[in-house]
Amino acid sequence: MRHLLSTAELTRQQALAILDTAEDMADVSGREIKKLPTLRGRTIVNLFFEDSTRTRISFEVAAKRLSADVINFSAKGSSVSKGESLKDTAQTLQAMGADGVVIRHPASGAPHTLAHAGWIDAGVVNAGDGTHEHPTQALLDAFTIRRRLHGAGSRGRDLDGVAVTIVGDILHSRVARSNIWLLALLGAKVRLVAPATLLPVGIGDWPVEAGFDLDAAVGERPDVLMMLRVQGERMHDAFFPGEREYSREWGLTDERLARLPASTMVMHPGPMNRGLEISAAAADSPASTVLDQVANGVSVRMSVLYHLLAGEES
Amino acid sequence: MTTLIKGTTLPNGSRADLAIEHGVFVDAAGVTADRTIDASGLIALPGLVDLHTHLREPGFEQSETVLTGTRAAAAGGYTAVFAMANTQPVQDTAGVVEQVQALGERAGYATVRPIGAVTVGLKGERLAEIGAMAASRAQVRVFSDDGMCVHDPLLMRRALEYVSTFGGVVAQHAQDPRLTEDAQMNEGVVSARLGLAGWPAVAEESIIARDVLLAEHVGARLHVCHVSTAGAVEVIRWAKARGIRVTAEATPHHLLLTEELAEGYDARFKVNPPLRTAEDVEALRAGLADGTIDIVATDHAPHPAEAKECAWGEAANGMVGLESALSVVHAAMVDTGLLGWADVARVMSRTPARIGGLRGYGDAFALGTPAHLALYDPAAHTTFSADSLHGRSTNSPYLGRELPGRVVHVFHGGVATVLDGELRPAEEVSR
Repeated sequence: MRHLLSTAELTRQQALAILDTAEDMADVSGREIKKLPTLRGRTIVNLFFEDSTRTRISFEVAAKRLSADVINFSAKGSSVSKGESLKDTAQTLQAMGADGVVIRHPASGAPHTLAHAGWIDAGVVNAGDGTHEHPTQALLDAFTIRRRLHGAGSRGRDLDGVAVTIVGDILHSRVARSNIWLLALLGAKVRLVAPATLLPVGIGDWPVEAGFDLDAAVGERPDVLMMLRVQGERMHDAFFPGEREYSREWGLTDERLARLPASTMVMHPGPMNRGLEISAAAADSPASTVLDQVANGVSVRMSVLYHLLAGEES
Repeated sequence: MTTLIKGTTLPNGSRADLAIEHGVFVDAAGVTADRTIDASGLIALPGLVDLHTHLREPGFEQSETVLTGTRAAAAGGYTAVFAMANTQPVQDTAGVVEQVQALGERAGYATVRPIGAVTVGLKGERLAEIGAMAASRAQVRVFSDDGMCVHDPLLMRRALEYVSTFGGVVAQHAQDPRLTEDAQMNEGVVSARLGLAGWPAVAEESIIARDVLLAEHVGARLHVCHVSTAGAVEVIRWAKARGIRVTAEATPHHLLLTEELAEGYDARFKVNPPLRTAEDVEALRAGLADGTIDIVATDHAPHPAEAKECAWGEAANGMVGLESALSVVHAAMVDTGLLGWADVARVMSRTPARIGGLRGYGDAFALGTPAHLALYDPAAHTTFSADSLHGRSTNSPYLGRELPGRVVHVFHGGVATVLDGELRPAEEVSR
């Protein structure tokens, strides 16, 4: 694996290898000395054209636990905001000898362009591009689901038959896209629930069932209920009339939480809008995996950097 | 200078000799030639006419100039181009259209007919000085805000009526602006997967439907630019059956390429309207074959490298197309048996000239008419490359692609602009 740009490009074997290595990385994180020498002398650049403190820190911790040198290159206050192009930035990083580039960009496909335009030799990790994909988020979600279901016996297991319902703004969600391809690859049954305005046109061939009714979906007793963040500005673009109606129809309210079996995992990629797509009680309930997801994010990103840069795999 | 062209194949398939003297076709029998061209195996087409070219001058000379754009035109077999109005300053006054016309006359590679803006600054707020542009030395007959849609229905109605006063036509860029905010590619299965904001077919079709009804109501002519969807072809077919005076163009790229090309996020394939589905391509080809679509127009849209070497969402829309147009039509329409060469002459020369009010293209090769001529080798095959391009920009979607045919010789008003596949030097062509 040279780059990680999309979960749609992964084979089942590659996905399982990343998840299994992440188990090893999680063991490291549980030790007193949380550090491996694997990427000593290698340079990883966190190239963030969009603010995301959480994701950047997660990648930074992951790289440092593998002993890599980490450079944070933020668009804010740099030459990037003065009109320097992606190409010029890439060539600068190339000249500095970057081995890996972790890129977050507001334009869908920017990591693909960075990886394939011939500007740079480094391995590229997509840390979220526009409304396209966020593959490490999907990998950490799959890792979290697998651990909750199988605990210490997770290695080598897939998600065969696991029922996952993803709720909310599918149209603009890079988390949803990456999750759909990866979960389906691992054998999960994926259902989407959203108002019709927030489901993309053209999903007839997606490996999902799509519907509008969250109450019906809750009644199906899914193994996983994944709530997506709702951007407040969508209201002004007539995707839905207002927060209250959205919350009533597609929010995980206390009433819906009460109807879910105790075994159902409640997931959220963060940051949460408490009281909008998820109630405070749901966010803080034992069913919630939100903090597990944050912790697992480091292990999964260590695994991804390892697979891309340690070079033991073709 | 008397040129004798021996043994060429006319669009109707018959063999003939053609002779050019003093800029016009003369009887080939018994001429004393200064230059003889062996044209056996070459098809003689009337010089091609592009109703939709962006020459970028004035204002965007880093992308193209009238000189470089008309050189590209000549290399593609064109002898006349209609220059779109979205220059800087906009071609919305007599002064600017006369300047563009004069630059074209000086360059000499092709007749340049400026298109006037419909509204001041292409802003869609108030009518530009249409009468002044029509009465200017440039004698503008085609008016378009291309790049922008005249979306205000009342303004469009007035534009159709007012332009008809001067015997002109409005060429509409049909795109509902609200339905296409931030749109990046055709809305459908590929946009859903790539996470690129969709440009739905209905945004084009609804404007065309409105405009043909407006044209019917006020009794005016309407021309529809770059039709790209199957539904739009249906609407135009319906309008024509109803007797509405509408003409329509399709671009070469919409006749050959499909939306899957966006999958590598290579911005060379980003264009407006966007590449559509294989079904749309089929419908456009059928529409061009049955006359629903009247003409092929290139929408030649040069951009500098930096406008394309970036993330898809940040890249400019548009493709250069003058040099590749005839070969693409050859591949999409002739090799598929949908059009013969006489039809190609009609859709790429005679009818665009008629829609644009351009004289001298009514009766191809008639004695005494201006010698606008392209000689084309249909048996050739080329791998299209940057060397095939002669304008200032290289944003072609065909680089590296095998295309049939080759433009071998071109005459504009009797002056050779291309001989043996090579552009003639500017000092030889310039007037």
